[in-house]
Formats: sequence, C-alpha cells, structure tokens
Amino acid sequence: MSLLSPSTEGRTGAFLNRTELAGTVVLALFIFVVLPLVLDPFRLNMFGKYLTYAFVAVGLVLCWGAGGILSLGQGVFFGLGGYALAMFLKLEASTPEATKIQSTPGIPDFMDWNQITQLPLWWQPFHSLGFSLVAVVAVPVFFAFVIGTAMFRRRVGGVYFSIITQAIAAILTILIIGQQGYTGGVNGITDLRTLKGWDIRPDGAKEVLYFVNAALLFVCLAIAQLIRRSKLGRLLIAMRDQEDRVRFSGYDVASLKIFIFCVGAAFAAIGGAMFTLQVGFMSPTFVGIVPSIEMVIFCAVGGRNSLIGAVWGTLLVNWAKTAFSETFPELWQFGLGALFIAVVLVFPNGLAGIWTTHVAPVLARLLARGESKSTTPAE
Amino acid sequence: MFADYSWGDLMSIFAMQGFAGLILFSVYVLMALGLAIIFGQMGVINMAHGEFMILGAYVTYLTSKLFAAFLPGLFGLYFFVAMILAFIASGGLGMAVEWLLIRHLYKRPLDTLLATWGVSLILQQLYRTVFGAREVGVEIPQWMMGSLTLTDTIEIPINGLFVMVLAIGISVAIYVLMYRSGWGLQVRAVVANRAMADAVGINTARTDRLTFGVGCGVAGVAGAAFTMIGSTGPTAGQLYIVDTFLVVVFGGAGNLLGTIVSAFSISQGQSILEFFLSGSTAKVLTLLTVVIIVMVRPQGLFALKLRK
Repeated sequence: MSLLSPSTEGRTGAFLNRTELAGTVVLALFIFVVLPLVLDPFRLNMFGKYLTYAFVAVGLVLCWGAGGILSLGQGVFFGLGGYALAMFLKLEASTPEATKIQSTPGIPDFMDWNQITQLPLWWQPFHSLGFSLVAVVAVPVFFAFVIGTAMFRRRVGGVYFSIITQAIAAILTILIIGQQGYTGGVNGITDLRTLKGWDIRPDGAKEVLYFVNAALLFVCLAIAQLIRRSKLGRLLIAMRDQEDRVRFSGYDVASLKIFIFCVGAAFAAIGGAMFTLQVGFMSPTFVGIVPSIEMVIFCAVGGRNSLIGAVWGTLLVNWAKTAFSETFPELWQFGLGALFIAVVLVFPNGLAGIWTTHVAPVLARLLARGESKSTTPAE
Repeated sequence: MFADYSWGDLMSIFAMQGFAGLILFSVYVLMALGLAIIFGQMGVINMAHGEFMILGAYVTYLTSKLFAAFLPGLFGLYFFVAMILAFIASGGLGMAVEWLLIRHLYKRPLDTLLATWGVSLILQQLYRTVFGAREVGVEIPQWMMGSLTLTDTIEIPINGLFVMVLAIGISVAIYVLMYRSGWGLQVRAVVANRAMADAVGINTARTDRLTFGVGCGVAGVAGAAFTMIGSTGPTAGQLYIVDTFLVVVFGGAGNLLGTIVSAFSISQGQSILEFFLSGSTAKVLTLLTVVIIVMVRPQGLFALKLRK
C-alpha cells in the first residue's frame, strides 16, 4: 500500500476483494443452505437466535475494530430494540378477549399482576406497528447519540467510555427489574403470540423468521462494508491509530465517533428486535453487563477487524456455549474465561487473523503446488 | 415525601439511614481504595477486582473455621489474623496475575479490560467449584454483636462501627504508604513519568507488580471486612464492581481524597433515598446522577494535575 495515496485503494478497488467475496459466499451458503438443511426446526431457531447476536458483533467490528471505541453497553441497544418490538407484540397479544380473566382486561398481564389498571401513556403508541418499527431503531440510536455526544464532544474515550457504557447497562437493568409493573420486571415481556395476526410460534413461522433474520444480517453486513470501504472507514482507522493527527488534519473526530457508535447501536437494535420475534420474549437478562461483555467476546473471537469473522465468531462461541453447558456446565465458565484471556494474549485478531496468517498461506501453497503438478506432465 | 413524618422522626431517619450509608460508605471506600491504586495510579482496568475481594472473604471464612476447630479460645481474635491472610492471598494472586497477564498489556488498556474479565469468570467458577454456589456466612465474634443505643430511636450496630473504623484505618495506612513512604514516591514517580523514573534507577516493572499486588491485597482486606456485615457468594464481587468503578471515576482517578469524598456522597445519597423510594429506584437515581456528572465533568471531582 502506498503511503502517499492511502485512499486510492478504497476508491478504485471493488466493493469486496477476492478473499472477502469468497468469505461472504461461503458464509451465505452456510447460513442460507447448509444450516436449514442439516438442522431440525428447534436447532435452526437456536442458530437464528445466535445470528441476532451477530448483528451486535458486526456493529462492534465498526465501533471497536475500526473506530477503537469499546462499548460495554451494547446490550442496552439490543435490549431497547427488543423491548420496542416486544411491547407491540404484547399489546397485540393482550386483547380484551384474550385477557378477560384479568381484573382489568385489555392490558398486558404483568401490569394486571402489579395492580396497574390503565395502560401507561408511553405504552400507547406501541399499538401501531409502524411506530414500533421506527422505535426499534430510533430509540436506541437516540440514546447512542446522546451518550456519544456527551462523551466524545468532551474527548472522553478509551476505558472511561467503556466504564460509563457499562454503568448505563447496569442502570437500565436495575430500572427494568425495579419497574416491573411497566416493564415485566425480571421475567421480561413474555408470552408473545402474533405479529399482525400472523402466529410467530409454530415451526413454519420460525423458519420464515430465520431467513428474514439472515437476510437482514447480510443487509447490515453490506452497510458495514460500505462504511469500511468509504473515506469514513479509512478515517475511522486513522482515528483509532492516531487520533490527534486526524484532528489536526481538520476532521471532526467527535462526529465520526458519534456516527459510528449510532450505527453500531442501530445494528444491535435490529438484532434485538429479531431476537424478540424468534425467541418470543425479551428480558433484562440480555441488557446487563454480563451479556454486553459476552457480545464483545463474540466479536473478538471472530476477529475485531473482520465483518465475516464476527459472524463466524458469534456462531462458534454460542454453539460451544450451548454444547458445553448441556454436557459440562462447570467447564464452560472456565472455557469462556480462558477464551477472554486467549483472545487478548494469543490471537488478538481472532479467527480471521488465524485464517489470514496461518491457513490462507498454506492453502495458497497447496493450490500452487496442485497447479504446478497438473502442469508438469504436459511439459 | 417528607410530609408524613414529624421533625423528630425525620432526624432519626436521617441519623439511622445516614449510619447505614456510612457502612455502605466503608465498603465502597475499602473496595475503591484498591481500585484507585490500580486504576488511578497505573491506568489498568481490573474487572476481576470484585473477585479479589471475594477471595479475601473466603479466606476469612476458612480462617474462622480453622479457629473454631483448633483454637476456640482465641476465636475472638481470628478476624485480625484473617485480615492479614486475606491481604497476603489476594495480593499474591494479584502479583501472579500481573506477571502472567497484565504486564503484557500495559499499552492496550481495552484488552486488559477483557482479559481481566476472563480472570474474573475463571475465579468465579473456581469459587463455585470449591465452596459451592450457595452463599457462606462467617460466625461473627461475640464482641462484635449487638448494638450501641444512643437514643430511643437511634441504634448503631457494633459490626458496622467496626467496619467503619477499619475503613478509616486502612485509608490512613494507604495515605501514609502512597505519600509518606519511599515506595509511594516511586509509584508516583512512575505514574508521573515512566521513562524518567526508569532513567533515575527505579525498577518500574517491579513497582508496577507491587502496586498491583497492594491494590489487590487491599481488595482482599475489603472482602474480609465485608464478611462482618454480609454473606459471601461466588458472584458477590460482580455486584459491586460497577459501583466501585463509578466511585473511582467520580472522585477523579488517581486521587485518594477524591475517592473517599465520592464514596461518601454516593453512599449517603443512595441510602437516604432508599428510605423514601424503593431500593432499585434509589440506586438508579444515584447511579444516573453520577453518570451524568461524570459525563459533564469527565475528570471527576478532584482532578489530578498531571501532564499526559
């Protein structure tokens, strides 16, 4: 790469280079063809759930891998997106006929249990699907914008940002659990049934949702790739490595950071909403500190600089988590802890890094040898 | 919210809640002091800090069992032995973690955060495997039970008082260590200018390891003190870690006085609010206020004047 014209590659190169294209095709084949063919509906739904975390991981590749902003509160955005949709679905499930045994029919069951007799004002707009879908993205992005503006305009970054986002995740969890009359408390919003009359519970519906989810993930991947290929993407990397130089070159570093943080939040929110649809509930377990940090490890295992890697990392860690917790629940916690340490000390670029430094050269050599062998008899 | 109470009631409430807040304050101070040393002086985020504290608590638990079994006559004094053992255990483990892990990551603070989170997960599971998932409580020595009755409505539990005294004692000890001892001078020199400290012959690597060890050791003592007012479970450390980080950041990282002032305001605010509102609302309001203040004033209450 030429030092004098660092952006020419971005401008003249293709949208995806050959390796990236091959990686995308393989991933698409795996998600759209292999998994649905191999897995039974229960397991497919489970992988669908994992893929919703991949949205968060892809957002983290942009924020953390490219921008150097480590948010430990992505669960907040995942949760807000998920709750926004869950509120709509809950209201649809709480028709006066379906809830006529309650003392106040027509309101969600957990409100009735908490002696609330009227739907709170801020729940009212969630009767509308259009509003809810906008809220899924708009509410988390608004929060990300406020947090980002408050922090980045004052040039707070690095570990301070991580701690504050973590604190926000803790606050939101305590708030949701504490206000159980309005939020469903620890159990979250459960027993979701239909989306505009379409039952989301049977296997067939879950299969459809799986494909919708996977398609949305690829849309997000495309957007993320677009950002990475653009001048903005290059600025982000420059900012990560030498923030002051970018600032002295006249760029508004804070705006760049706020923008990418909002994009990450939007991705996480879409993932959260798809989670609600596929799993059928949303609870504070997916908002707090522990899930938020776990989402970072999905991204780190895949490779913090690789969009495709992040998806693989998410699938791999979650699959391992399920497999281990089913057989050796004690070992999983040790394994996860070791994974955090290993991913930092031993392979900081994750699976993608292992691939490019160890697997790809060997593969290239093997291919080259194969080609030379096939050409020798002809001579 | 004050209308339902008479003036005398209010005073008693403030006194009692204020004292409950003082106990919370002591716990915060003990936990935050260790963190203030590690995060404030070294800039290292140690997410496993809570687990170092819990290690101290488990050491205290084991010591109390040993004293009950072999030295029942000296049972009243076991806590002081336990405190020293807790300091050694947590400090030793801290130095090992520093040597194995953290010294490779001083230039990558965000990665330190992830790696120490991994350490905390491993320690948590280790505690669960060794001590079981249930919370354990230690038997408090006789002299620490009961309470002092000041007036008809105000009573002060002795164990709480003891933890407070301990917090004050350890704060003073750390102040002396950091600002009045040769070693403290070395630590502050390394913080102020690592290259220069190295050049004048301070062994910076050794200073780092010792600083980290002392910070973790103080966390161990905090854990020992913690057993006097509550029970210990494998994940108890995680409950306090965010609060503690906020205490340190709010006070201004690297400033011991700031840490104490911020621990005081956060704990008092929280425990007085707790009486009038529900516990969770009080916590949310306190944390939210702190987060907003830190956003507005990122350098914390007391900024350390330092050229970075």
